[in-house]
Parts: sequence; structure tokens; C-alpha cells
Amino acid sequence: MLEINDLHASVEGREILRGITLRVEAGEVHAIMGPNGSGKSTLAQVLAGHESYEVSGEVLYEGQDLLAMSAEARAVAGIFLAFQYPVEIPGVGNLYFLRTALNAVRKQRGLEELDALDFLALAKERMALVEMDQSFMNRAVNVDFSGGEKKRNEIFQMAILEPKLAILDETDSGLDIDALRVVAAGVNALRRKDRALLVITHYQRLLDYIVPDRVHVIANGRIVQSGGKELAIELEKHGYGSFEKASAAPGATP
Amino acid sequence: MSTDNARIRELSSRAYKYGFVSDFESDAAPRGLNEDVIRLISAKKNEPQWLLDWRLKAYRHWLTMREPTWQNVHYEPIDYQDIIYYSAPKPKTPGPNSLDEVDPELREMFGKLGISLAEQERLTGVAVDAVVDSVSVATTFKHKLAEVGVIFCSFSEAVQNHPELVRKYLGSVVPYSDNFFATLNSAVFSDGSFCYVPKGVRCPMELSTYFRINAADTGQFERTLIVAEEGAYVSYLEGCTAPMRDNNQLHAAVVELVALDNAQIKYATVQNWYPGDAQGRGGIFNFVTKRGKCAGAHSKISWTQVETGSAITWKYPGVILQGDYSVGEFYSVALTANHQQADTGTKMIHIGRHTRSTILSKGISAGHGQNTYRGLVKIQKGATGAHNHTQCDSLLLGSQCGAHTFPYVEVKNPSAQVEHEASTSKISDEQLFYCRQRGISAEDAVPMIVNGFCREVFKELPMEFAVEAQKLLGVSLEGCVG
Repeated sequence: MLEINDLHASVEGREILRGITLRVEAGEVHAIMGPNGSGKSTLAQVLAGHESYEVSGEVLYEGQDLLAMSAEARAVAGIFLAFQYPVEIPGVGNLYFLRTALNAVRKQRGLEELDALDFLALAKERMALVEMDQSFMNRAVNVDFSGGEKKRNEIFQMAILEPKLAILDETDSGLDIDALRVVAAGVNALRRKDRALLVITHYQRLLDYIVPDRVHVIANGRIVQSGGKELAIELEKHGYGSFEKASAAPGATP
Repeated sequence: MSTDNARIRELSSRAYKYGFVSDFESDAAPRGLNEDVIRLISAKKNEPQWLLDWRLKAYRHWLTMREPTWQNVHYEPIDYQDIIYYSAPKPKTPGPNSLDEVDPELREMFGKLGISLAEQERLTGVAVDAVVDSVSVATTFKHKLAEVGVIFCSFSEAVQNHPELVRKYLGSVVPYSDNFFATLNSAVFSDGSFCYVPKGVRCPMELSTYFRINAADTGQFERTLIVAEEGAYVSYLEGCTAPMRDNNQLHAAVVELVALDNAQIKYATVQNWYPGDAQGRGGIFNFVTKRGKCAGAHSKISWTQVETGSAITWKYPGVILQGDYSVGEFYSVALTANHQQADTGTKMIHIGRHTRSTILSKGISAGHGQNTYRGLVKIQKGATGAHNHTQCDSLLLGSQCGAHTFPYVEVKNPSAQVEHEASTSKISDEQLFYCRQRGISAEDAVPMIVNGFCREVFKELPMEFAVEAQKLLGVSLEGCVG
């Protein structure tokens, strides 16, 4: 489904991704782990189409040249990014925002747009998945949401938009253990044979709940080790230190 | 009457003789302004002597005045002798015979705004029978209003049928000598609306409904007077979200509101006059004086305005808070795109004790638009316990537009409380990316974010207009993205 070959990305002349190569098949869950500043979030942003980066290399998504597609075209094609820092949009109702998004995507896919009533029914059903209070429906997008509420809201949006490839960028950060369980259960309920997940996290604890098929360790903009779910546990024990040293290229900023 | 006619004939023939108008029709005044033109207007309208005297007093005062230059807008000088100050309500230039003859761009905009065919025809001046339908509806409304004693009619009708009310309140809020454009209006106003809600009556409908159907062709020098007696309530919506066909460049209207004890007036405006083309050619100069007087205790006046049209907008709907415990409110959205300029805001004059005012202004600038908020909060000596809260937010789209804020505060009573908050923001790249990642294109995301920015003001509008105002913003922002 997703094939990344030698992906480089830099911002303001500073190279952050320095040759990422990765293959993700439909139905798989891949975890991307690594220390702060290793390039995890940049990878997520580049895949979603953020325009601040200068990018080279190749990314094929379902055989298409992903890097040539606009951010909204990627969304229409089924790519979803659960943001590490969900953005506030004052005055725009949460549900209104999401219905606009869903209908924009449906329209592009040649599907009929959902009317307000059908959408409301769908939203109520999917909100239950992440145990979100219905009072969030008409509050402005992410405005005055707590950190945990914002993350739940991201997974709720994912549940509505039903992506083929979902990238979860540090969805566990800022969640207490109860919220983590709820959010993880929501994500697990969305696991399907035709849907791939890329789970970016700093800590192993999220992977206790969302069990990955593959774990990749990223350091200094490169994948330095890949393995099964046991790699995450090993990391938890020994930390990222050894990987960072091993990957530090000559002349790279520490 | 017959002497009037004789006078008109005399005037018109004289005008013809001097060749001011080549094809002079009996229903239009000659180009330019002098006392004879004012006498002609007054005679045409069969006005009482006191009103003619009032007009002339205004005109003589106007001659001593100079056009203001303090506002933050720029335009070529206006030639006041090159304006026709009176023509009969029906335009003499033939309107289009069917919608097919109407500018396709205008029609496209109607479509986007969801304006009904019948209304499109009315707005573009197409002469059709479909209006018959509206007239009967309007008549029904008129009966309903009459039943409860509400008077709602054209200003000219009010002068004929309720001269004592007009005489009592005309100029009582905006005196004939108020300012250059208001004084000009006082001299030459052609028509407008009059509304009187008697003691204790709650006007049974939004006057917007009626207005939309009944009041096209409002003209260039409009004059509106609304009086709410003790305990009365009225909500009035002026204007329309659709673009009006209009060849007049200068609009100098005056609106006066009077609220007696415990009365409440809500006045909303949606202004979408022709803004000029993308290069800044043409467009309406909208120089308007609007003021309300909370004359009675516990009275309340609210102004809500959505200003998206006109090349230049210059208006400061204000409230004189004379009655103790009276309340003034001003909610505004002003959008300037392309080369539009707006210098708008409000004046809250606190005179009575424990008077309160709220100002919420949202300015949006795009393209080369220049948007200025100018507001005065004045607390007089006797206004013990007065309170004002002002919030001015500006949103910039692109790097060539401007937002300016000029708050003036004068406080002469130490117990008063005045708060001012201001913010300027841009639509952030992160907001746009978030929307686009969810599948919403930048073209759709920008109006959505702008509408969100304006939400607190839109919720003050009657429901159906809030929806239209949102669509209007979207249409006005087209081409401003990227």
C-alpha cells in the first residue's frame, strides 16, 4: 500500500529526513519509534502533504506518486493524519467542520454527500467509539479542549473519515492511562484488513494496547533498526542512546 | 397643489432652457443642487412648509461646511453639482426585460447565494408580473401590523399621514447640522422608511421579512426613522445579501432610532453594494450616518452590521445612552477585498447613570483591502456607573492588505469602567493544513475559517440572514485565496 524509497526532507536548509525506506502493506500496523527530534513527526507531516518541507525521494501510495499530490488530494485518496498538536479553529463547530470534510471527500470520490441528519446519526455512533461526550459536537474545533480531548477528537475524526492509511502522530502524548485505554480501544476497533496504521510514538506503553506487526526505530532521520513487537520492549529497557550514537553521521548536529 | 404644479413647470422649463438636461422628463430634477431643486423635491412630495424650511435650513448650513478628510479612506473629489438629486422612484432608463439580459456574473452570484428567481427579478429591476405575488403578501403583512397599531410605511407616506410624528422626531437624533453628509441628506433626502411602534407593543414580525418584499429602489439619499414608544419592541433588517443594481455612486443615508422607556430596537444591516472591479474601478461610496437614542430608562438599541460591499464604507452607527440603565450594542463584520476601503465603527455616548455598552467589531482584509475600526466611547460627567466593553478583532488574508484600529475613549466620570481588547491575526498555515489534510480545499477552508471568526456577530442576525451572510462572505472572498 505504501512504499517509501530513500525519502529526504529538509526545512530551511536543515535536513531532517535523511533517507527513509519503508514498506507498509494493507492490514498492517507499523510503529515508528525514536527519540525527540529524530524526524518521526516530520515523516508524518511529509506523508500528509505539509508544504514547509523540501522533499526528495519516492513515495508510492497504492501505486500513485504521493509526493505529486496536494494535501487534500491525499485526504481524498484515504490518507489521514492524527495530529500531534491538533489545530484550533475558533468559531467553527466541530461537527460542522467534520461534515464539511467528509462531504468534500465523498464528493471527490463520486459519492453522494451526507445530509445533516444522516451525518448526525453517524457522528453519534462514532463518538461512542472514543467515549466522547456529545457536548463536543458543537464546540469550536479544538478550542478550549484539554490535551486528551484533542487526541480523542482526532480519533473520532478518523472514525468518521474511514481512511485507508492512518498516521497517528504521538497520539498517546498528553493522555492519562484511562484516556490512553479508551483511545487505543477506539483505534483497535478501526483496525481492518484493508486499512494500514502508522503509529508514531515515543513510548512503548501505547504499543501495549495497539499491538504492532512491525516496529521501526528512527534516529537522526534514518531508520536504524526494524523488528517485531519485541523490539519496542527492548527499547523501553535500554533507551534510544545506543541507536543515536550508531546513527550519528559525521558532521551531523548532535 | 395647483400652485405647486405651476412651480414645477416653471422650474423644469427653466432647467430645460439652461440646457442642464437635454431630455428633461417631468419626474426628474435637473442636475446639480440649489434651493430651487430642494423646493422642487419638497413640492413633488407635497410636503408641509415646516419640512421645506427644515430642508432649506440644512442646505444653507451645508454650504458652510467642508467635506471631512479625517477618515482613513482615499477617493477622487465628488462633484456635487453633477448629481441628480431627485427622480421618481421608477427608473427612467429602461431596465432589462428578462433575466436573460442581466449580467451573467451577477446571475452566477445570485445562484451561489440561493436567491429565488422572483427575487432576482426584483433586485435587477426586471419588470415582471411575478411581483404581484409579493405585493399581496406585503399587503397581508401590512394588515397584520396595522392590527397592533404599528405604522410601517415609506417616509413620504409618513409625512402625509403622520406629520406630527415625523415633525416630533425628525432630526431629534441626527440634527440637520450633524455632519457634511447627514446635512446634505437632510436637504435632499428622497425617501426611505418610517416605523412607529406604539406603547407596549411587540412588533409581531421581523420587519426584515416585509422589507425584503416591499422595499426595492430605495435610492441614494435615504432617510429612515424608527420610533419605539414605552415598552415597545421592534427588529428591523435593512438591505439584502444580493447585489443590487445601482448606478448611483454616492450614497449618503441617515438613520435615526428613538427608544423610549423600556423599549428595544434591533437594527441589522447587510450591505452588499457594488464594490468596484478587481482593479478598484467604480463602486459605491457608502457614507452613512446612523444613530440611535436610548431616550428612556432601561431602553436598549442594538446595531448589527455586515458590510461586504461598496468601494468605500464610512459609517459609525452609534447610540446616545441618555436614559438611566439604557444599553447600547454594536456588532460588526466588515470585509474589504480587492481595493475596497472601510472606515467604520461606532460611537457610544454615555449620559445616563448605569448605562452599558458593548462593541464587538470583526474586520477582515484581503487583497489590497484597507479596513479601519474607529470607535468613540464617551462617558459624560453624569454617567455614574457606566460600563463599556470593546473588542476589536482583525483578520488579515495575504500581505498587501491592512487593518487599522483607532479607539477613542473619553471618560469624565471616575466610577465608569471601560475595557478595550484588540487582536490582529492571520489565517495560519497550520489551520489551512489541518483543513486540507481533512480533505477541505484551501478555497473552501478560508471562508469557513473567516465565518468562524465572525460567528459571534452572525449569531446576532435573524436566523435566515445569518445563513445568507455566511454565503455572502464566501462569495466575497472568492479569488482572495492563495
